[in-house]
Amino acid sequence: MRSTRVLLIAMTILAAGCRPASNAATPAGADYIENRGSDTIVNLALAWAERYQELHPEVRISVSGGGSGVGITALINGTVDIANASRQIKPEEIQEAEARGIQPVEFIIARDAIAVIVHPDNPVSQLTLQQISDIYSGRINNWREVGGENRPIVRLSRETNSGTHVYFLEKVLRLGDSDSDTLFSTDTLLLPSSEGIVYEVRQNPNAIGYDGLGYVPPDLKVIAVARQAGGPFLLPSVETVNDDSYPVARDLYMYTAGQPSGAVADYLGWILSSEAQPIVADLGFVPVTAAPQAPTQGG
Amino acid sequence: MCATPAKGAADPPLNWQEAVLSRVIRLSGYSAIVFVGLIFAFLVREGLPALFEVPLSDLFSVRWYPIEGYFGILPLITGSLIVTLGAMAVAIPFGIGTAMFISEIAPRWAREVLKPMVELLGGLPSVVLGFLGILILSPYLRQALDLPTGLTALAGSLLLAGIALPTIVSIAEDALDAVPKSFREGALALGATRWQTMWGVTLPAARSGVLTAVMLGIGRAIGETMAVMMVTGNAAVLAVHLASIVAPARTMTATIAAEMGEVATGSIHYHVLFFIGMVLFLISFAVNVTASAVVFRQRSRAERVLS
Repeated sequence: MRSTRVLLIAMTILAAGCRPASNAATPAGADYIENRGSDTIVNLALAWAERYQELHPEVRISVSGGGSGVGITALINGTVDIANASRQIKPEEIQEAEARGIQPVEFIIARDAIAVIVHPDNPVSQLTLQQISDIYSGRINNWREVGGENRPIVRLSRETNSGTHVYFLEKVLRLGDSDSDTLFSTDTLLLPSSEGIVYEVRQNPNAIGYDGLGYVPPDLKVIAVARQAGGPFLLPSVETVNDDSYPVARDLYMYTAGQPSGAVADYLGWILSSEAQPIVADLGFVPVTAAPQAPTQGG
Repeated sequence: MCATPAKGAADPPLNWQEAVLSRVIRLSGYSAIVFVGLIFAFLVREGLPALFEVPLSDLFSVRWYPIEGYFGILPLITGSLIVTLGAMAVAIPFGIGTAMFISEIAPRWAREVLKPMVELLGGLPSVVLGFLGILILSPYLRQALDLPTGLTALAGSLLLAGIALPTIVSIAEDALDAVPKSFREGALALGATRWQTMWGVTLPAARSGVLTAVMLGIGRAIGETMAVMMVTGNAAVLAVHLASIVAPARTMTATIAAEMGEVATGSIHYHVLFFIGMVLFLISFAVNVTASAVVFRQRSRAERVLS
């Protein structure tokens, strides 16, 4: 008898905790925000959520990662209020959302530089975009060819569900050329997490990897990147990203299903305010300029 | 099937409790078949459309890059096979050897310590082994074998061998233990050495149990996901050379686990992932059927010899 009662209580609590996200969009239940997506953004989103909940105790925000694709799929399936993405939503995804009656709305919430990282003992310290593209597409296979030691190159990448992967493919491997069909070399190691890449680069002098600047620990060597062969080789930093001189930088996004209202709108407004943007810099990302951000239609 | 007592008048009539119980038991017996059938039906429903959406020549090609529409599953199949074969090459001799040691050679006290320890190893979560693989095994392999990277099929094989070993040891030991003592005594009395007895009499007598142990070990290995995803590097390279064992590989299970979260329900990619699940199911099924057939044939032969 007693255990039945305990079970009932437990189930009530669980049911209260698992209120469907669709409720959160209605003004009556607008105190619960479900936020999922990009692993690049997850720490930033967590820091914002913690700070915001301190300021607004009546709002509950749940943050989880999984990858940009996971977040956008969840938004399309109606299970989250805000999807985090480190890449822009794809036209196919917009079509799919519209087929389900959802109009994704885009917010640029921060900027990020992708750092190309190698083992600290690797003598190579600068590469052009073309060289990085040739390395990842399999045309350069030995560090000797880019001025390093006679060692094979081990290419590390995130899994294909990562927004960082897609961005790197389009901006670096294909050098921003949308007609290019260059692909990652088949022997590129696809690691399921940022930590996996950092760990392998730390102990393997053959490895080359890439990751969001906010995730690169200080003991790894960051490569200076130039757009052209003669051009200036720059390291990623807040300054080089803000003046657009570092070539591999991108916007980070949040998407909502339709124009947000209630708590979700308040939260996004706060994220873009001068109160929340300093947190961006603390985590190694680049704040968006304080200009009032008109939410743009996705796509 | 038979609700009426048709066994003959000599049987006492079933009372209602027994009738209910016997049905419940029969239902649980059949439920395994029903569940396997339902699972396969679901896999077919979600996976078969892939055959119509992707041309067969593309599906069985060598490039897997689903976000650009390359759906070649051959590298994934060969990746799973090479990792599993490697694991079996390690786990079968070690597993059967350990089982023979525990059952035939070890003194009683050692046996009472070893068996529970091996079974405890079987309860270790595979993600923990995966961590050890990333932190210790793969850097060690890279240095010891002078490889470009330690994240290879071999690292996956060794971890899988560790995961399959407890299953193989535990079941093979039970089978060896069940061989009647008179077999061994008979062999020894005929002048066979201890090794000849073990190799020539005990092991063949326990053959079907040992084979079951190996089968379950293979099943455990081919379906394992987490540890493999962490250490094999997940590069979808066609693994057809002997050297592929020391190169990165991408298994079917790791592909499904890594990509299932991102796909939109009903998309081509989604159907292809289910198709991979179907292939995995069919491979396991084929392995099991083959093993049952072999065990059955050998049992009848053994029965002929012994009768």
